[in-house]
This record gives sequence, structure tokens and C-alpha cells, in this order.
Amino acid sequence: MYVAVKGGEKAIANAHRLLADRRRGNRDLPAIGLDQIVEQLALGVDRVMAEGSLYDRELAALALRQARGDMIEAIFLLRAYRTTLSRFGYSRPIETGEMRIERRISATFKDLPGGQLLGPTFDYTHRLLDPSLAGDEAIPEGERISVDDASPPPRVSALLAEEGLVEEDGSVEGDHIADITREPQDYPMGRDGRLQSLARGDEGFLLALAYSTQRGFGRSHPFAGEIRIGEVEVELDVPELDFAVPLGRVRVTECQMINQFKGSAKAPPQFTRGYGLVFGQSERKAMAMALCDRSLRAGELGEETGAPAQDEEFVLSHCDNVQATGFVEHLKLPHYVDFQAELDLVRRMRAVHEAENETAEDQREAAE
Amino acid sequence: MTAFATQHLADPVFRAQANFRALMDALSRPGTIQRLVVDEDAGDIDVDLAAIALTLIDHETSLWLSPSLADDHKVREWLAFATGAPLVDAPERAAFALVAEADPLPDHRAFGQGTQEYPDRSTTIVKACGGLTHGPRLACSGPGIKASATVAPAGLGPNFVERWAENRALFPRGVDLILCAGGAVMGMPRTLTIKRLEV
Amino acid sequence: MTGEPFYNFAYLDEQTKRMIRRAILKAIAIPGYQVPFASREMPMPYGWGTGGVQVTAAIIGRDDVLKVIDQGADDTTNAVSIRAFFQKVTNVAVTTDTGAATIIQTRHRIPEHPLIDGQIIVYQVPIPEPLRFLEPRETETRTMHALEEYGLMHVKLYEDIARHGEIATTYAYPVKVEGRYVMDPSPTPKFDNPKMHMSPALQLFGAGRERRIYAIPPYSDVVSLDFDDHPFTVQRFDKPCALCGGDDVYLDEVIMDDRGTRMFVCSDTAHCDGRRSEGHVGKQAAVEEARR
Repeated sequence: MYVAVKGGEKAIANAHRLLADRRRGNRDLPAIGLDQIVEQLALGVDRVMAEGSLYDRELAALALRQARGDMIEAIFLLRAYRTTLSRFGYSRPIETGEMRIERRISATFKDLPGGQLLGPTFDYTHRLLDPSLAGDEAIPEGERISVDDASPPPRVSALLAEEGLVEEDGSVEGDHIADITREPQDYPMGRDGRLQSLARGDEGFLLALAYSTQRGFGRSHPFAGEIRIGEVEVELDVPELDFAVPLGRVRVTECQMINQFKGSAKAPPQFTRGYGLVFGQSERKAMAMALCDRSLRAGELGEETGAPAQDEEFVLSHCDNVQATGFVEHLKLPHYVDFQAELDLVRRMRAVHEAENETAEDQREAAE
Repeated sequence: MTAFATQHLADPVFRAQANFRALMDALSRPGTIQRLVVDEDAGDIDVDLAAIALTLIDHETSLWLSPSLADDHKVREWLAFATGAPLVDAPERAAFALVAEADPLPDHRAFGQGTQEYPDRSTTIVKACGGLTHGPRLACSGPGIKASATVAPAGLGPNFVERWAENRALFPRGVDLILCAGGAVMGMPRTLTIKRLEV
Repeated sequence: MTGEPFYNFAYLDEQTKRMIRRAILKAIAIPGYQVPFASREMPMPYGWGTGGVQVTAAIIGRDDVLKVIDQGADDTTNAVSIRAFFQKVTNVAVTTDTGAATIIQTRHRIPEHPLIDGQIIVYQVPIPEPLRFLEPRETETRTMHALEEYGLMHVKLYEDIARHGEIATTYAYPVKVEGRYVMDPSPTPKFDNPKMHMSPALQLFGAGRERRIYAIPPYSDVVSLDFDDHPFTVQRFDKPCALCGGDDVYLDEVIMDDRGTRMFVCSDTAHCDGRRSEGHVGKQAAVEEARR
């Protein structure tokens, strides 16, 4: 006897039980701790925080574990939690010029005030699988140099700005800063909203777009002016207090791309900027973001447009992986009602098609 | 309303929900009168206006006040405390306008009409009236009304029908009007066509 | 099960509810116009009903009776999941009976049982813009709505007629609301379009990923686009439901075996169950009965 999809409730409950079972895996092995994830899969945790737009290592680690290591699922978990949190206010802009630096490099100057600081980077490692990491060999402490917090190294862009060689830092018109989590998207978007969208945008999508600009689809002649990674202070203005209240520190990666600009009627030839800022340590994402940001400014700077990475609506309405994965994966949901309507149409059109062919056949035979 | 529901209405979450449903019913079924859940101890402001303000207005909505409300610092303080809404002097910039019973209904053209692209960016006017049933009788038709409905709100002024026709002609732009009195509310969305009935 | 204290009643915080409620009131005042709203992430994926869920969460109260359907059925997995979500976060009464529900959240169908005054139907919408597949840019389609410039849509429908002899749109068939806005009815089969016209129920549409809410107030004019020489028609099935014998209902095609035997049954399962409990018997149900 035909039974519809009765028992959906039970099927869902069973599926979730099986998921929990698979997530835990072999019970003879110890369960992985959140602290282990935070410490040993730190860059995965960083990506979940960045694209989940919530700075909390422990929750990001929990999300990663709950998602069985699926990044986008973990990002989604964190976002869905974030959206329920109360808003107490907006912090002051973080001052990356006063960052407690762990890594800082510039590709535009051989040496510069504050020096080049490689930090914990994969760059220049040989990508050879290391069998010793299969075990738990003792790892010696890293070498650290003491940095003078009182006089942090100046930004590369600031050095260029002294000569007027690079455009001014952007400023926000009026006192309202967009908040893409609280306002509907509206095109054309201001740079504030655009940067927010890119900051939580999918790393892979932005990477591919950035790459396309390097291959000629909207070329922007970039130089990695400066990449810096480290901790910055987050402060909040409280109405009754005459000083900003420090809330804590967050680790961020900042990338300032310096791009060639031929000048226009309004502006002299000078370098322009593309900006990337991401939670945690993620140079790839910060650099891709900076390239995309600059690409999206093509119209504003009077440059030729038309490449995918220069198309604001295209880039910003497709860069969110939580939205993208939801809509792509929703094709798993039943669509049989619509499919039935299409089936009926195709059957009728085929019947008409066959009848026409038969008529044509008859006529041909008659003609012969 | 059931006893079960009433006991929950002391809670702001359920009160806001009940009042929103009253407003939604009022605007989607013009000509009907919906009950509000009011707090008699709301403060120094008309209890109906207070109930509606608490339901719809917060720090994200700009607010314009009619003169007798704007001149009353207790009212301003209560609204600032209860809603956090930024007050604006220019009515065309207001998302909401509260108009006291004592003040006449201002000309709709003074308020935000929205744009052709974004007709939703218009002002919603909330007007306290002397009553909803013993003013001049008006025949209403439009979406939400099966054939025609008769309403009789008081205190909308002598030229209201003509002014409303102008507002109607702006569609999809235009203002929406919410009328309240004695714990009840009536909606006049911009789609409404209003004619004066001979007495 | 009771609502978890960790989350507010109906999951959303009060500020978010107010924002959605304001959008709903604008949507009612401008029938068929898509009101932008600051859609939130929900605990289910985008594309799985987040718009409908946000609308329902913003309007629902403790006295409401909720019905959730997907493809017309109360027991499809996503309908089960959404219903369970609202039971968990609101503890409201739920039903499968269309007549008993005060709020009906739906994906892809309008129930067969006529809706009545006082009911609210909430549609889950994937792509709210009816012009989107003709013009992918929001900036362009917004201007087209502003200027009431719907020529492109008519051209598309007319090309269908030229090519196929009929309009080849079978679901998400565009409608004009109150003579002004062309609107996407969500991916319901066009069979359901006539039910929207002059419906006594309030119809609300939520598109979470696309951040739009729109509405049709009760007793509003909803006209499916067509041409004088090619009037709008709906799909007719040549046989009744095999289980309840119902006519004039939308049917699902069920494949019975690997020899291509097919059966057509009501897509609206609650409607089918109701008819069968009233004693109506379809062909297949009669065969089963005889076999027993």
C-alpha cells in the first residue's frame, strides 16, 4: 500500500541520532577537546570566526566540532547564534596602527621603519608532509623578540601618504556607518557596507575573484604594500563616561594593497588603496579582500569596468557562503509539486510535437 | 480574548505581539476596529499612542511629534526612555509621526511620501482621535474590504476626504494613517479610497 | 516541550520582531511591492524557509494555531522540521486541519480547503523578484517596478506562445496585484493562482535570503498575466485522486513499481485525509479495501 512520506518526524530524529553517532566516531578514541581545536587547528577556528562574524574562539571550536570539521556548516552555526545576541552599541574603530604586531611584511620596500617581521608563516616552508607530526614529538619554544609597544611601527601607507603619493584613507560620509547585519542590502552600496560584506565573504569565492583580476579580468596593478597580523584593542564609548572602555583584544589580519592609478580630471596620478581586514590570522583572505575592494572601486575611480570582480551586485550578492550554501542545497528539498506541473507541460508538448511529425510524414508520403 | 491570553499580556513580549496583530488587522482590514492592550499607567502620554509606540517604534525609527506632544517634556522623556527613538523636527524625515488628539491632523504632504523606487520609505502617521465611531460617516473601499465599509472617526478635520484623495493619487507613494481612541485602533492604508457619506 | 529559556518567545529578539513587523505593515499598505527588510540568520539554512519563518515568528502569539505544509503535505520532512521549531520556541498549538489553523506557513502550495476571513497564510519565497530571470540586476528591476514597466515580462510570455503554442510557465506564474505591481506568487503551481484572487485571508510572503517581504491584503485583486487571445488557464487532471476520488484538486504523480504503473493522489494530504474520513473512496483505495 502506498504511504506518502508519513513518519517524517521519526525519520528526522533517526537521521540526527546517526549524525551524532558518526560525529563521535570510534568510541575507543578520546573525544577531541575544544581547547585542542583552539590550539592546534587555530587557523580553521580563525576562518570560522571571520566568516561567522563573531570573535569567540571557544564557540568557533565548538561549531567546528559540531560540524564535523565542515567549515561552512560551522560558520553557519556561529552566524545563527550571533544573530540572537543583543546589541549594546558599536565599538570605536579599531586602530591597526597601534597593533601588537606578530607579523608584518611589505613587498614594496626592502626595509622600512619597524622592519620586516615574518612571524608564524607557512611562506618559505617546503610543502613536504612531515611524518614527525603524526606523533607528538616535543616542539621547542619559538624565538621571540621584544617589541616596543609604545612606538609601534608606522603603516606603509602612512609613509607614502607623507609625500602625497597615495590617496587619503577613505572617510565615512555623515555619522552613519552601514551595518549589513541590521539593514537590507541596497545597491549601489557604500564602501562601508561593501567592506563589511567582503570581510564575512567566502574565502574561496573572493580568492578566485582576486585571482581573476590578476589574470586580466579587471586588472588593478596591485602591490602588497603591507600585511600585518596581531592584536588590537577594542574599545566602547559609553555615554556617561568621558573615556572609552576597553573591552578586550582581538587578533586581526590587515592588508593594504597599493594600486597604480593613472589619475583623472579630478585626481592627480597617485597610488590608490585596496583594503582587507579579517578576524584572526588569514593572509589569503585579507589579500583577496583587498584586491576585490580595489576592483569594486573601478567605477568610482573612473576606470573601465565590465570584469566580474568589478561588478558590485555580482560580487556582493554572491559572496556570502551561508546564503549560497543554503540556496544551492535547498534543491534537496522536495520539489515534486512544481516538477509535476513541468511533467504535464513536457508531456503535452511532446504529444503536439509527435502529432506534427506524423502529419509531416503523411504529407511527405502523399507527395511521393 | 481568552483568560489564558490576558494573563500573559502583562508581559511586554505578548503585549507587543497582541498590539501588533491589532495594527496588522486594522491595516489589512480597513473599516474594522481592533482592540489594543493598553497600560493605564503608561505615563504622561495618551495610553493608545503609548501602546502603539511601544509596539512599532525603537531606536531605528525616526519620530516626529505634533506640537502639543513636542512641547511636553514629560512626553519626550517618556518616549526617549521607552523607545529610544531619535526625534526629528522635519516631518518628511520621520518614519513615524505621533499626533495628539488636541492637535489637528497635519497635511500629508509635509511627511515622507517615499519614492517611486522605495515607496515604503514614507511616514506612518498615528493620530489620537476623540472617537472612532461618532465622527462624520465615510465610505471606504479598497484592498482588505470586500465591497465597502463605513467608518466614522472623529477629529480628522473638514478637508480630510479631499486631502486623502490626493494622498491616494500618489500611490504607490503616500502616507499610511493609524487612528486610535479609547483602547481601539483603525487603519487607513494609502490604498484606501474614501468618500463622504451624506448625512 | 517548552521553549528554551535561552531564546525569546518565537526565537527572534523583540527588536528584530519590530523591524519585521514594520516591514509587514508597509507590505500590506503597498500590495505586491517587495519591502526590503534586514533579514536575520535563522537556525535553518537560507532557501529552506527562513523568510517564511521570520514572518511567522514576528506575527505568532500564544493563542495561534499553526499549520505548516511543504508541497501541500503536513508530513514532508521540511514541514515537520519547521513545525517542530515553532513548537519548541513558542509552544503554540499545531494542526494539520486547514480550517482550524489561524496561521498557515506554506512552501509551494495553497491548501485546497478555501481559506477564511481571519486566517493568515505565510508563503516561503526563494526568489521574490518576478523579473529576476529576465533581468538579473536588482538596480534594473527596481526601476522597472518604479516605472511600472512590465513589457519585458509580456514579451517573455508572448515568446512562449510563439514557440510552444502556449505560455510555458507552470509554476511561479506572475500575477498583477491591485492593478499595479507584478508579483511572484512563490513557486506554487499556477493551478493555485486563482485562489489568491479576492481571498478572505491575509497573504504574507517572506524571502529571507533575498531580504524581502510582501503581502496581499484580504479581498484584493490578483490577476494572472495573460493575453486576450491566450487567456490564463490552469492545469486540469483527467482523473480524480486515487485515494479520495477528489476532483478539481492538484495531484501528485506516484510511481508504483518499476513497470511504470502510476497513481495520482492529492498533493494536499490534509484535504485527502479529510475526504476519506468522510467516506469518499478513490479507485486505488477501493482496490486496497477489496483486497483486505
